[in-house]
Amino acid sequence: MPIKTAYQAKVEYLQIMDEHGVVDEKLAKDAMSDQDILELYQYMGKCRVLDETAFKLQRSKRMGTYPQNKGQEACAIGAGFSLKQGVDYLVPCYRENAALWMHGLPMHYIFLHWMGDERGNQIPKGVCQLPLCIPIGTQMLHATGIAWAFKMRKEARVAMTFFGDGATSEGDFHEAMNFASAFQVPCIFFCQNNQWAISVPREQQMNSATVAQKALAYDMPCIQVDGNDLLAVHKAAKDFVERARAGGGPAFIEAVTYRLADHTTADDARRYRDPQEVEAWVNKDPMIRLRKYLTAKGLWNDAKQAALDEAAKQNATEVVRAAEGIEKPAVTDIFDYTYAEMPRELEIQRRTMRTSSLGQRPEQAGLNAPGVAANHE
Amino acid sequence: MPRTEQMIAQGLTLVDAINEALYQEMERDSRVVCLGEDVGLNGGVFRVTEGLQKVFGPERVIDTPLSESGIMGTAIGLAMAGMRPIPEIQFEGFLGPAYDQLVNHAARYRTRSRGAVTVPMVVRVPVGGGIHAPELHSDSPEAIYAHTPGLKVLMPATPYDAKGLLLSAIRDPDPVVFFEPKRVYRSYREEVPEGDYTIPIGQAKVLAEGTDLTLVTWGASVHQCNDALDTLPEDVSVELIDLRTIAPLDVETIVQSVEKTGRCVIVHEAPKTAGFGAEIATTIQEYCFLHLKAPVQRVAGFDTVMPYYKLEQQYLPDAAKVSEAVMQCLAY
Repeated sequence: MPIKTAYQAKVEYLQIMDEHGVVDEKLAKDAMSDQDILELYQYMGKCRVLDETAFKLQRSKRMGTYPQNKGQEACAIGAGFSLKQGVDYLVPCYRENAALWMHGLPMHYIFLHWMGDERGNQIPKGVCQLPLCIPIGTQMLHATGIAWAFKMRKEARVAMTFFGDGATSEGDFHEAMNFASAFQVPCIFFCQNNQWAISVPREQQMNSATVAQKALAYDMPCIQVDGNDLLAVHKAAKDFVERARAGGGPAFIEAVTYRLADHTTADDARRYRDPQEVEAWVNKDPMIRLRKYLTAKGLWNDAKQAALDEAAKQNATEVVRAAEGIEKPAVTDIFDYTYAEMPRELEIQRRTMRTSSLGQRPEQAGLNAPGVAANHE
Repeated sequence: MPRTEQMIAQGLTLVDAINEALYQEMERDSRVVCLGEDVGLNGGVFRVTEGLQKVFGPERVIDTPLSESGIMGTAIGLAMAGMRPIPEIQFEGFLGPAYDQLVNHAARYRTRSRGAVTVPMVVRVPVGGGIHAPELHSDSPEAIYAHTPGLKVLMPATPYDAKGLLLSAIRDPDPVVFFEPKRVYRSYREEVPEGDYTIPIGQAKVLAEGTDLTLVTWGASVHQCNDALDTLPEDVSVELIDLRTIAPLDVETIVQSVEKTGRCVIVHEAPKTAGFGAEIATTIQEYCFLHLKAPVQRVAGFDTVMPYYKLEQQYLPDAAKVSEAVMQCLAY
């Protein structure tokens, strides 16, 4: 018997705008309008300044550890722009602030989060997203479950989850991909391949030629895009989101980008990265190419840039004011969200603020007689 | 599923009672879905979900990939998005791969998001030894989950309690781990109301009133303790408490009893050291110090790996071990 081919597949790479701001006219026809590009460029500028502001706050001890998003904004914005606000659901990691803000998260919430305040995770009603996810790779399963619920209820909604190249080494990533594929749920897996998982480079993280090809194992459509090309990211995301919304099932996007900053403010990438590598990627910054493109089109100039810088600075000042102006949370907050209904022992600890037991009988803690359920609201 | 003639005539087993609760709640609430390994067509390896897929279809009684973290993690997502998932982890030993999702996510989301994102789900898990099962099919890990803020941990010992507690658990707004003692699954039948009833989470049950000693236990050990009571001298009066809920612990019922008896023996299958009995003993000395007439005793599994089944009966607390501890505590 001759050997037959049991399975064959390929991974396509999409770039629409190169690092000089030159677009492939044929591919660009189907991409976003100049008006959208103009608006999203300005939004990107605003987000970049917020990111730099957070960095400075950390350096001046006004914020805890912070992971910069710098250089990866085209991923968050291009992908976020493909989703319907208040309908589709975002399940982030922690390097896609711009997508979360775009979909209604008050900007200072992200700041609150990194200032050690859970209220930054208290997603307002009607905003369809989960809070930032600190452990690596656990959130893709939640996104799959959320998308599954949409499918069960026959709602035309899509979930999109973000993660890095390192996360694709986690078991949960593969379990999520398998579930999403087995049940054909409307979930888009968006990998920001920024080349580094703290100090481990992508080549050492895996022996796969692309991250995208991992989707092939689950028979999931996939694409690799230039993650610093807003147009390519958006085109890929939009096509897959529409496909999922129409019942076509999950899909995978690998956005090839670069972590321009350290992993977090607690990291020093100079210990493990070649400065020449970083320098090469600085030139591929998504903002540089968009500015070149818009300038060439006559839609942008230095005066507009100066106005944008000023507006972005103003915005950052307001965001910092909102984040720093909020009162310290009540200490009782640490108890109040453990359960919907406060268990009696927890209520005693809450009232006495201690765990040593003498003097802690319920009646001493001001609680009802034994047997009456403590109710806290 | 609707009751069979045998159930009508002889009552329900633990399996029957859980199945009936699932059936009735799925009928009442379209948000409820069951998912897990072999829970659909096969009705679960213990047949707890028997027949449900036929009634509610494969989209509500779902055979999942063999992937415990996947089951737990997607159930969390379903719950966040407004469903009421009931994931089954086939045996307690397989909670290991799902531990991260259960403990670091299901249990923490309400707190993490300050109430914005919640995870109402019931994780059903067969638990404990005594059924001649292979390794990692006979453990008793309840203390691990009772030590996890944000989780509620239940372990009913009877068909009646199982149905009422499961209905409470499904309607609870927080994640609940519902341990089902396998040894009791089909060990006996009892009368269970056919209608809807709930048993409040966090309330222990006094199975026998007594004045000389308090016996605190849960799960399959309830039945060993019951057997022990029959072997004790007639003039010994033991109060037997079935916790039913491990977390949150019903401190009041235990304290009231020990204040009366002054003596307490705690029985559980799990290893002794750092088992949940330790928490109960500590609570008793905190609240009942001056009432105690003897040191609180524990009858538990040894601090060893649960042995393969040839030796499991020597490992597990039985009526003889319980009786001995009771008599020694009384003689102190």
